[in-house]
Amino acid sequence: MKPLNIIVCGSIVPDPLQTLEPVETPQGPALKNEQMLPAVLDPWAACALYEAAHLAASTPGSQVTLVSAGPAPKLRQLMMSVAQKAPFALVAVNAPAGGFADARATAAELAKAIKAIPGLDMSNVLLFGGCSSAARDAGVTMQFLAEELGISEFFQAVDELKFSEDGSFTVLERIEGGSYLKSSCKTLPAAIGWATGSLPEPPNNPRTGMMNMPKIMAALAKAQPAAPAAGGAKYLKTEIPSSKRDTRIVKDMPEEEIAREIVQWIRG
Amino acid sequence: MKILVLVHNGPDGKIAKAALEAVGAAQSLGGEISAVNPVGDVPLHSLDVPALATAIKSSGADIVIAPGTSRFARSLPAAAFRAGAEIDTHITAVSNGPEGVTAQRWAYRQRILCTITRSARPWVLMTDCGVFAPAEEGSFTVENAAPVQATASSECLGTQAAVAGEQTIRPDAEVLFVAGAGWTKKQADGATHPGEAAALIKDFLAASGASLGSSKSLVEIGDEAKEAFGFMSHMNQVGQTGATPRHKKGLSTCCHGEEPHVVGWRFITERRAVNIDANCGWAQGKADVLYVADAFKVMSLVNGMLKP
Repeated sequence: MKPLNIIVCGSIVPDPLQTLEPVETPQGPALKNEQMLPAVLDPWAACALYEAAHLAASTPGSQVTLVSAGPAPKLRQLMMSVAQKAPFALVAVNAPAGGFADARATAAELAKAIKAIPGLDMSNVLLFGGCSSAARDAGVTMQFLAEELGISEFFQAVDELKFSEDGSFTVLERIEGGSYLKSSCKTLPAAIGWATGSLPEPPNNPRTGMMNMPKIMAALAKAQPAAPAAGGAKYLKTEIPSSKRDTRIVKDMPEEEIAREIVQWIRG
Repeated sequence: MKILVLVHNGPDGKIAKAALEAVGAAQSLGGEISAVNPVGDVPLHSLDVPALATAIKSSGADIVIAPGTSRFARSLPAAAFRAGAEIDTHITAVSNGPEGVTAQRWAYRQRILCTITRSARPWVLMTDCGVFAPAEEGSFTVENAAPVQATASSECLGTQAAVAGEQTIRPDAEVLFVAGAGWTKKQADGATHPGEAAALIKDFLAASGASLGSSKSLVEIGDEAKEAFGFMSHMNQVGQTGATPRHKKGLSTCCHGEEPHVVGWRFITERRAVNIDANCGWAQGKADVLYVADAFKVMSLVNGMLKP
């Protein structure tokens, strides 16, 4: 099979264990102490990266490029761990990455960065990303990016991608009712918004990290500063939901009584 | 204000419930509403996008409302792009007031609630399923748009059930049963009992008709318990990287975690929890009732009582 040119788009998001609080700034809503929050690679984008690395490893000559938007210092910090997971080249876009940034502006910046990759043959590109980010959680950026790049074949919430020797492939997309929609596609380019896929998070491999880091540091040094313009959305309010309930704590109740109460509640 | 509601047929050939909810959302805004089904039976991005974009452009609508089905979630953003429309997804509330049309959506995976508006038109709003009251059938008519010619290098091969079969999250179930990693931990006798745990969970699902959800840590459990819990997959996962179900009742068992872990639990109306830690962040302030008890014993008794 022809070598694949896989481009993975993945930004940074606050560590899921952090408590988030929205604040108003002159530029619009933001997170309190956003610069201080520990960051991780967006979880679904991380799944896309692991799937890309796996696919590239089984298709000799293939190349994986991670295109990542975020503030450069945070990207540098994050790459210390991500670089140990899989071999890839980095294209860094030094831009705000957050849940209130405009998806269309972000997609335009990512498209600009991808088009600037030297020698990139767009007809042979497999564009990967998460089906939704853990920040904006809109599930639209990959579609916008595919449109910007002229890619008309797009698959969303994919858990499985299988290539045939002739370069065609099949995908399983999550749909309603816990089912999958199975589709085939004859040719590239194509864009895939990954769900969790089927691969576990690879363990850190210092050797992979040492191979990746020089080119990653070089990419970070020449990261193009870009500030996605605020989109047309006007935020009238951002708030943490007040969902605290008065929990009735039941201690020392015999298990049989608890079971009876639960059954009654289920049937009620 | 002109509102276009985009709908599509479900696998049974009828307008899906989610589409009725989208019409209900449109009706709550008022204005001149038209409902159009612009797509055919084959759910392919490359065919749906031109059809949807044409429908948006030709309608002249100010607001476009569509249900957040997997089909529209895949194709509508690209269609909005081509039609020069703005789009927001996962809409959980809409209103028409002094600020004009406003919409609510979540950011950071159900952790921050945002109220937004836009001045650009058309504005496409994709509604979350199970949030809006469905419109009454007969209160609107659906026009089938003329087919739009498009080519695709992809082909739809049909649907298939997930590996985990019926043990995936089913929105139509009355109860969501959420299993946590505590099921695989050492019990009072100092040993783990994954086989017994899996059997108790499966028995409960069979007896109650509940849908199964899981914490991330249980789905990604180590090899030891993997065999016993092989019936679960990422399709069961609720939370930050999983589903955010909207069942009427939720029973969590052996789940432990702080606020960020509980986001998948947020939209369950009535919540009860069984675990052995009275101070567990999963249950304190999140559940209506927390039973501090051994879930193995409780669920065994529950299963016995549920059996006919």
